[in-house]
Amino acid sequence: MSVLGLRGGVRVQLRYLLDREGLLGPLMLLPAIIYILALVGFPLVLAIAYSLSDVTAGDTSLDNFVGLDNFRGIIKRPEFRRALQNTILFVVVSQVLIIVLATTLAQILSQDFRGKAVVRFLIILPWAAPIALGTIAWLWLLDSEFSPIDLILRELHLLGPAGLLGRDAILGTDTNLVWLGRERLTMASVIMVHVWRLLPLSTVILLAALTTIPRDVLDQAEVDGAGFWRTLFQIKIPLILPIMGIAILFGMILTAGDMAVVFNLTRGGPVYYTQVLPTWSFFIGIEGGSLAQGAAVALFLLPLLLVVTILVLRLARRSEVT
Amino acid sequence: MASLKRRAKRIALYGAVAAFCFFAASPFLFMLITMFRQDRDLYRVGKNSLFFKLPPTLDNLRLLFFDTNYTTYLQNSFFIGVLVVVITLIIAIPAAYSLARLTGRWGEQAGILVFLVYLVPPTLLFIPLFQVVVKLGLNNTLWSLVLVYPTITIPFCTWLLMGFFKSIPRDLEEQAMVDGYSRIMAFLRVVMPLSLSGVIAVVVFTFALTLHEFIYALTFVSASDQRTISVGVPTELIRGDVFFWQSLLAAAVIVAIPVAIVYSFFLDRLVAGFTGGAVKG
Repeated sequence: MSVLGLRGGVRVQLRYLLDREGLLGPLMLLPAIIYILALVGFPLVLAIAYSLSDVTAGDTSLDNFVGLDNFRGIIKRPEFRRALQNTILFVVVSQVLIIVLATTLAQILSQDFRGKAVVRFLIILPWAAPIALGTIAWLWLLDSEFSPIDLILRELHLLGPAGLLGRDAILGTDTNLVWLGRERLTMASVIMVHVWRLLPLSTVILLAALTTIPRDVLDQAEVDGAGFWRTLFQIKIPLILPIMGIAILFGMILTAGDMAVVFNLTRGGPVYYTQVLPTWSFFIGIEGGSLAQGAAVALFLLPLLLVVTILVLRLARRSEVT
Repeated sequence: MASLKRRAKRIALYGAVAAFCFFAASPFLFMLITMFRQDRDLYRVGKNSLFFKLPPTLDNLRLLFFDTNYTTYLQNSFFIGVLVVVITLIIAIPAAYSLARLTGRWGEQAGILVFLVYLVPPTLLFIPLFQVVVKLGLNNTLWSLVLVYPTITIPFCTWLLMGFFKSIPRDLEEQAMVDGYSRIMAFLRVVMPLSLSGVIAVVVFTFALTLHEFIYALTFVSASDQRTISVGVPTELIRGDVFFWQSLLAAAVIVAIPVAIVYSFFLDRLVAGFTGGAVKG
């Protein structure tokens, strides 16, 4: 009897608790918070702890505190400088290209033309497809021997032994460019794949932003005689600037934190010409087994991340006000 | 004159559209063509072509489906995707409702924090999480991914769902509660049916995110029969320097295109989530 009574009591209490919204709210939020604290918060702290210790895959105890030795050691290595430079270079160059192309493309897509639905679908493809699989297509397109891109360039007489008008082809007389075998071309290839992959996302965000511009503002501009460029730079871009900022910041995080493109396209090679912090962190920490140094390398992304996060918050606040 | 100028503009517009479409979609077109080509057709040194010179073949698909682990990867990815969707819904729906309705100003701040978690890239966490997974004895099994993927999907889906719940008029629930429903019943009976489209969008994104994910799947799982599609295809079907190009491209495109089709239907909602509701798509 007493057991049943207790159960009834618990049930009544539970019901009472669930009716109090001050308690129900946090209660419903609790599982999400626990999940995030356990599997994002804790690992983040662990990453910092690792970077200050000498843990390896073989000896995972955290008892040996080494201070900033890992960071000092890493900074001295030439691969690090290259990986840091590459990460910054890839992020900056691809974001500049993406924002210029995305603004253009969003302008185009905001006009009316036939077959727009199909066009939209085709443009979205690179973002919607899993990136590791999309990169495989580029691996083939950039193949050292059978590259379809080289083939097209040869057909256009821009590459290969058969030049135009008796002159040598502009891109060289070899039959292939060997995209993934030469320093600058390989870097250009990585940037190209990043642009290819993120252009759809930025475009769709900017397109949504463009549609929020009130029609009468644009009509008034036309009445006042503002041309295409003036309308673009003095009206449209200032109005969508906060959202453009958000698109850029997301693009930066997705490029800086990504390792699928570089890993599948070049493995950071040839030599370490396309090594970036995420891939290098993987090669040192997981393949090399030096967890401490791998974690330290990845943590170099943290300052960038913090800056971006603060900017996102500011922009989000500003766009809410307007 | 005016009409000539307009026509020139029109042509420029279509030209630009075609150029962008080619840049975005041609890699998939090449994949679709190449997957049906014979070896003798594809590898002709110095004389290779973009299109079929010999009749198409299904041999590459046969190799892919019967002589590799491809179907295993498909099953694994599907299995992981479904479980992660379930976990995400169970945790994100109450959290989002709580943030939208029950926690007031305090909830607004918490909502932003949840979104910030989404900005933490897996690259920062994969090494410590790998150790967590090892300690739990889950390494080399797909359960490790079932456990970890919700860390990506819960923040994003909570944020998205919060937006949906906020867009439903409060009066509806309050009326239901006046009629004698408890808060939870009002939520289940009134809010949920109205949020169905949002929940479906969340299901699609969660599933897509699990298919897209690469770094955790690469790090936690090295047993071939436990691998996902995103990692299994590029690491296992490329053996040393021998590329089974047609099968490889087929493996990629067979997944990529259906995912892309479903995904594109829900894109506007995704954009609304990305811009933090600043743009209502």
